[in-house]
Amino acid sequence: MGLDIRIPLGVMFTLLGLLLTGFGFFSDPAIYQRSLGIDINLWWGLALLLFGAVMLGVGWRAAGGRTH
Amino acid sequence: MAVYFVFVLGVGYALRRHVKTSTDYFLSGRSIPAWVAGLAFLSANLGAQEVIGMAASGAKYGMATSHFYWVGAVPAMVFLGVFMMPFYYGSQARSVPEYLKLRFDEKTRGLNAISFATMTVFSSGISMYAMGLLLNLLLGWDFDTSVWLSAAVVLIYILLGGLTSAIYNEVLQFFLIVFGFAPLVFLGLKDLGGWQGLSARLAHVATAQGFAPQAWSSTWSQMGDPTSNPMGVEWFGVAMGLGFVLSFGYWCTDFLVVQRAMAAHSMSAARRTPLIAAVPKMLFPFLVIVPGMIAIASTQHTGASGFVLPQKADGTLNYDLSIPMMLSHYFPHGMLGLGLTALLASFMSGMAGNVTAFNTVWTYDIYQAYINRGASDHHYLNMGRVATVFGIGLSVAAAYVANHFNNIMDMLQLLFAFVNAPLFATFLLGMFWKRATGHGAFAGLLSGTAAAALHHGLSLPRGSVPGIKGGWLALLHAYPSEMAQNFWTAIWAFTVCFLVTLAVSLITRPRAENDLAGLVYSLTPRLRETDRAWYARPAVLGAGVLAATLLLNLIFW
Repeated sequence: MGLDIRIPLGVMFTLLGLLLTGFGFFSDPAIYQRSLGIDINLWWGLALLLFGAVMLGVGWRAAGGRTH
Repeated sequence: MAVYFVFVLGVGYALRRHVKTSTDYFLSGRSIPAWVAGLAFLSANLGAQEVIGMAASGAKYGMATSHFYWVGAVPAMVFLGVFMMPFYYGSQARSVPEYLKLRFDEKTRGLNAISFATMTVFSSGISMYAMGLLLNLLLGWDFDTSVWLSAAVVLIYILLGGLTSAIYNEVLQFFLIVFGFAPLVFLGLKDLGGWQGLSARLAHVATAQGFAPQAWSSTWSQMGDPTSNPMGVEWFGVAMGLGFVLSFGYWCTDFLVVQRAMAAHSMSAARRTPLIAAVPKMLFPFLVIVPGMIAIASTQHTGASGFVLPQKADGTLNYDLSIPMMLSHYFPHGMLGLGLTALLASFMSGMAGNVTAFNTVWTYDIYQAYINRGASDHHYLNMGRVATVFGIGLSVAAAYVANHFNNIMDMLQLLFAFVNAPLFATFLLGMFWKRATGHGAFAGLLSGTAAAALHHGLSLPRGSVPGIKGGWLALLHAYPSEMAQNFWTAIWAFTVCFLVTLAVSLITRPRAENDLAGLVYSLTPRLRETDRAWYARPAVLGAGVLAATLLLNLIFW
């Protein structure tokens, strides 16, 4: 099949996660009034990061298993 | 958003070198793993109409909208996986119309192929039109810019990688949609004080309109009588019209979704595709219907942060804006980008699904069947690419037509509804009754469509003017709502198609039994799936999915 979809999935969500988490860290807390005082960028960014990392991990393991 | 666009195009580019034959292009070389095909199966249907429309229905009708999932889609998907997939995949048909040709005859296929091809082009055009309006409203983008931009992106990735590229992108889109909307539900519910707070507010919405307090937060308890629920339907119309006829008709015969399962790498993967898809599908009401319920609850009985639905020019609430407006109400910068990207992704996945189904049906069932038989595979591959460009071009044209003449689109959609309503009867008889003949199927489809049109022409939802809403022949019956009228139109079309197919088949000559091996249930050897653990077998998976759905129905009764 050539391309394991988990790799692009993992890369995309890791990048999106990094962007959101970074933004969540440095943004003005005042903008979180609309999200009920929760820094949703930071927390959801971390969730995306985790998902991306899991996808990458699984994808790489599968790729490693095939070459051995 | 830029990250997403780069990935969408990157996947298309990376897959380009894998496309060598027309099968690679149209059926992904039948090489897709079941879970990937399953998510694509869902995502192809998760277009704009789904996301925007389901949230709007959630606001209008409340929790009962989940019937579309828990009575309609999920059981239909289980039926497709367990009973129908063996014939689609096993017959080596490359499309749904081609199965009709193998099972019945050329004219049945032609009818289905032409109506399907036209329909996909128009629905992708309508999707583009809706997106153009929405982006204009939310981001201030120009209508032309958004139509051409989205058309170009979809064109490039399908042109490069064919169905594989569309499927891979649909998987990306699936996760993006889930991750983009999940926090919205979380924030909305938190704002209203959880499920308890939401139901309490919905009770006010219901009693204000003269319904029982639980009318918006329950699925079945108000379905005894059409006047006691906002949908205006009763349990029989829901179970038969929506569940059996409309949903089975859509999920089991629409090539747009079936194509994803046909691309799976083996029979057992093809059968597991809709079953795997059914698991997230079961949970989608929480993602797409609950936001609509939050929107209406918050509007009518102000929530903590005061979200209010905007009004249309005539003063009624604009339910279609539930999700877009909630995104901009609850999400700060950052998350808002992700949410809008998810919305954009849903438009594009719907469009791409239509385009890939169109190019396959056009190339295999119209071009190869009627225009140029017996050309080289390379020729058909190129034709597929041309059809992709052509199909997207037509969709863009349809989007502009929709922009200028809204009524034409309404009429076309109505016409397609008539054509589609009887389809499931034809497949059911074709797959499970070896005596059904081609003449029978053809006559059944035509008369079913006629019955749908006739029923629509003779009935009207209460409070509407005769015309596009029905009653254009005479007014014999008034339904409490448009929803009820649709369900009953479908029931009539199905019944007439079923009976006519039966009758005509009995007086025409049947095909020899050995021609039908692998196409009809009683003439196909039972599949023994011994290569998998018992819990991964389709029947077991299917039963598990159904049990879970039943449980959901009971919890939200």
